[in-house]
Amino acid sequence: MESTALKTTALSDLHISLGAKMVPFAGYTMPVQYSNLIQEHNQVRNSVGVFDVSHMGEFWLEGPGALSLIQKLTSNDASKLFDGKVQYSCLPNDKGGIVDDLLVYRFSEEKYLLVVNASNIDKDWNWISSHNSEGVKMTNASDEYSLLAVQGPNATAALQKLTSADLGAMEYYTFQEGEMAGLSDVIISATGYTGAGGFELYVKNADAQKLWDAVFEAGAEFDIMPVGLGARDTLRLEKGFCLYGNDINDETSPIEAGLGWITKFSKEFMMSDHHKSLKENGVSKKLVGFEMLDRGIPRQHYTIKNAEGEVIGEVTSGTQSPSLSKAIGMGYVKTPYASAGTEIFIEIRDKQLKAVVTKIPFL
Amino acid sequence: MNIPAELKYTKDHEWIKIEGDIATIGITDFAQGELGDIVFVEIETEGETLNAHEVFGTVEAVKTVSDLFMPVSGEIIEFNSALESSPESVNADAYGDGWMIKVKMSNPAEAAELMSADDYASLVG
Repeated sequence: MESTALKTTALSDLHISLGAKMVPFAGYTMPVQYSNLIQEHNQVRNSVGVFDVSHMGEFWLEGPGALSLIQKLTSNDASKLFDGKVQYSCLPNDKGGIVDDLLVYRFSEEKYLLVVNASNIDKDWNWISSHNSEGVKMTNASDEYSLLAVQGPNATAALQKLTSADLGAMEYYTFQEGEMAGLSDVIISATGYTGAGGFELYVKNADAQKLWDAVFEAGAEFDIMPVGLGARDTLRLEKGFCLYGNDINDETSPIEAGLGWITKFSKEFMMSDHHKSLKENGVSKKLVGFEMLDRGIPRQHYTIKNAEGEVIGEVTSGTQSPSLSKAIGMGYVKTPYASAGTEIFIEIRDKQLKAVVTKIPFL
Repeated sequence: MNIPAELKYTKDHEWIKIEGDIATIGITDFAQGELGDIVFVEIETEGETLNAHEVFGTVEAVKTVSDLFMPVSGEIIEFNSALESSPESVNADAYGDGWMIKVKMSNPAEAAELMSADDYASLVG
């Protein structure tokens, strides 16, 4: 890929000056690692670290039909949202798969923010636009916002120095617009993709550097450090969080993916009858977590076999877990092999290596 | 970047130290940096005779896996078994404790085709 064709974030130059290894990701040049992946991973698990995830997409949906449009296109029940509440959800497609997974923020009864994966911004925008028979006002603000994920058990203590908002009182998956580091209207969201606690801060691009600098000053006593996408992947995988493009895609049902908890049949939505039928009648394959018993690291697209050597599935994500010091993965297996404790075999370089289906999260 | 002048190199980022007809082989400092944290080194070819460019093992890092290629033809007479318990030596000391195999070269003339430190420096520079 030509590096000249890649988009940058407001902080790309800063990452380079910090010595980050930059890689192409979802059309952006992004920091995959600054110093050492395991060190960055542990810093987030044990203290606090900062990710630039400004590549994520943001769409505003406004107007009297906004909730109807969201209810029609997302799997979770957005009528349960209240002002200041965030919901994890997905956009089912019309073929039984998933367009994307996303966060839905309710600002008011008629104003919502959708946060989508960078790799799917165009696809999601076109998908939602093409179904917008409600006349909802849609604004693609993806190029206006920067997003800093300040994650880890010390995130609250660090960020509290920068705002009068009571961060400790904020429940998981809530948000507020507030002042932070002297910047007005920062969206302070008690969310994240690490399972380590912390906040995601949406800020206008022009203010991103100022917020970054203030966060690092406030976090200095906790040895705060920048964290790349490499550690973001190991952190999310330890918690069993799905990654679009790996664990879920245009062909996987949320029911197969273990996302039944965000698939609510209290309302109708795109292909809801199909997914309801899968839930009631059972699925032929399921996304499971597993850990390696033999020595080897599972990677995406490796084959999963049973003891008889028959193919029963495929790995969708895998890594060496820095926190657990063992190799873990996720993948789809035929339903009879999906219960925890089942012995399975991962084919790695022509060898069948033993693994066991494990409950997720791993940690 | 650490590229010792006395060693030879390949475009696959291996280094070779030649003493008589014995070649000691590892991966370069650049390679270990690109791979990141190395979790284990799998070499099960000890005692085998392989041709140059054949795979003699693999190295697994947290993020990725990479094959290891024979820089020269010959018999793998020794594997650095210390790497089984301390694979991180490849990160910490790529040219020292992180060495991987010793090869009894079957065609020492191949060594002339390896890259010099200067050539390798311009490859990764």
